[in-house]
Amino acid sequence: MVERMLIGAGAGYSGDRIDAPIAVVRDLKASGGRAAIIFETLGERTLALAQLRRRDNPALGYEPKLKPLLTPVLKDCVENRIAIVGNFGAGNPPAAAKVIADLAADQKLHAKIGVVTGDDMLGPEGIEVLRAASNDLPDDKSLVSANAYLGAQPIVEALGEGADIVVTGRVADPALTLAPLIHAFGWGYDDWHRLGIGTMAGHLLECGAQVTGGYFADPGFKDVPEPENIGFPIASIERSGAFVIGKAQGGGLVDRRTVAEQLLYEVHDPAAYLTPDVTADISNASIIEVGKDRVRVDGITGHQRPDTLKVTVCYDGGWLAEGEISYYGPNALARARLAADVVKKRSPKDIRIRCDIIGVLSVLGDDGGAAFADLDSFGEPTRDVRLRVAFAGNDKALVERGLQEVEALYCAGPAAGGGIRLALRPRIAATSCFIPRSAVTPRVEIVEARP
Amino acid sequence: MTRLELHALAHARTGDKGNRLNISLIAYEPALYPLLLLHVTEAAVAMRFIHRKPSSVKRYELPKMHALNFVLDDVLDGGVTQALNLDSHGKTLSFHLLGLRVPVPHELARYARRAPGAG
Repeated sequence: MVERMLIGAGAGYSGDRIDAPIAVVRDLKASGGRAAIIFETLGERTLALAQLRRRDNPALGYEPKLKPLLTPVLKDCVENRIAIVGNFGAGNPPAAAKVIADLAADQKLHAKIGVVTGDDMLGPEGIEVLRAASNDLPDDKSLVSANAYLGAQPIVEALGEGADIVVTGRVADPALTLAPLIHAFGWGYDDWHRLGIGTMAGHLLECGAQVTGGYFADPGFKDVPEPENIGFPIASIERSGAFVIGKAQGGGLVDRRTVAEQLLYEVHDPAAYLTPDVTADISNASIIEVGKDRVRVDGITGHQRPDTLKVTVCYDGGWLAEGEISYYGPNALARARLAADVVKKRSPKDIRIRCDIIGVLSVLGDDGGAAFADLDSFGEPTRDVRLRVAFAGNDKALVERGLQEVEALYCAGPAAGGGIRLALRPRIAATSCFIPRSAVTPRVEIVEARP
Repeated sequence: MTRLELHALAHARTGDKGNRLNISLIAYEPALYPLLLLHVTEAAVAMRFIHRKPSSVKRYELPKMHALNFVLDDVLDGGVTQALNLDSHGKTLSFHLLGLRVPVPHELARYARRAPGAG
């Protein structure tokens, strides 16, 4: 009987460090025990972008970095029975499975790939369910993606059928970790206490380096060793649910500060962290350093899972344009403000517009412009500023017209503006709703790769 | 009594979901936690983020972690898919909270962190 399992994180988001899984797999392999590695590569809108790629080409729509992420570690994982669990299937898990199967064949491996689907709600029946659940969805032709957050169960099923790799679309991020634990230890689907613990272990792992010194360094206050080479996290979890967060070799650190920041990341009510599998509860959690880069978290529990599943719906969000121009030297700030005023006066009235002055006030301000109107109370007078103007609207021509007014600052704006950069891109909007569990049917398929 | 930025007393991280922002605030030392409880109230945080017009600010207490968790509603101009902000996630805002100055009694000031070379 397995008493302890190691789970490492190979990626915490789609843009993560591509070489991170290598050190994680090296350490999992050296441990010799039961192990898995998870890859979390789906943000709120990542899936919509994947759907757009799939529309252009039905063979695409999975995580674009899938191949570079898996190529250096696939052989070691398959040969050492280190399960790979990833939501890198994104908008097209079967296509991702095919890529992985080809990669395995190239590396002369015999591998079983579990493919989890059923999260996609964009079919006619799915849309009907969504409309029954929410009154404020856009019309059908604006919809780009709608995916329900699946739980651990279909992943456990795939592992039970012997999958070496499990590829999913939208699943709750912590389920990537919880599933191999349920599979290894046989935890019940109503063992809320241990499901709560496993879910929060998954929560700590799912953002990769964010628990091992990534997104943490504040020089002189919170220093991080070798931040250019952070070892990604590896959790050691026991059958009882007790767990310790550690990390792969390399830089970074794990201590009570890094674990506290990540434990509360994106958490609202600490007593009710909702997932498809359990309502996790960290209101009584305590964090204990048990060794160098080894932290235990006690006091986590769980309660009954919610009755509904969350669905993220993405739809056509119109256009976003951004233009920037720099001003330097005496009276730079006044010239930048004048330029903002000129652009505002000349831009179309039917689009949203926002101005910032980078170097004085650029992220704290509000879209309504209240903070910008109060600019003098923010920064010290400065001689190196950059005006940023952002426009948004559904009419591409109007948004472009606004952007053109930034470009025209070269010859017609205040003195000595330089370094104009312009960008225009389509935007994906997102909303969410909650649907009955019975409306979602997860499916598991096994694909075999042979050399 | 001296007035210090929270940055010297605690660390923080934000997370976003839609138009809702959470900010954790974690005391560097357990001894500093009561000071956070006393001064970093829902009202103080609402005032700190006045330009973002939060519709509500809720504070959760985690005494065993000597941490607070704040949930601010409707402060992200619609959130990552709607806002015109450069930082539409609100990721930078943890350090805006850390810029808040609070009174620190002398007996607790020794726990405060100082930048290297700042005496």
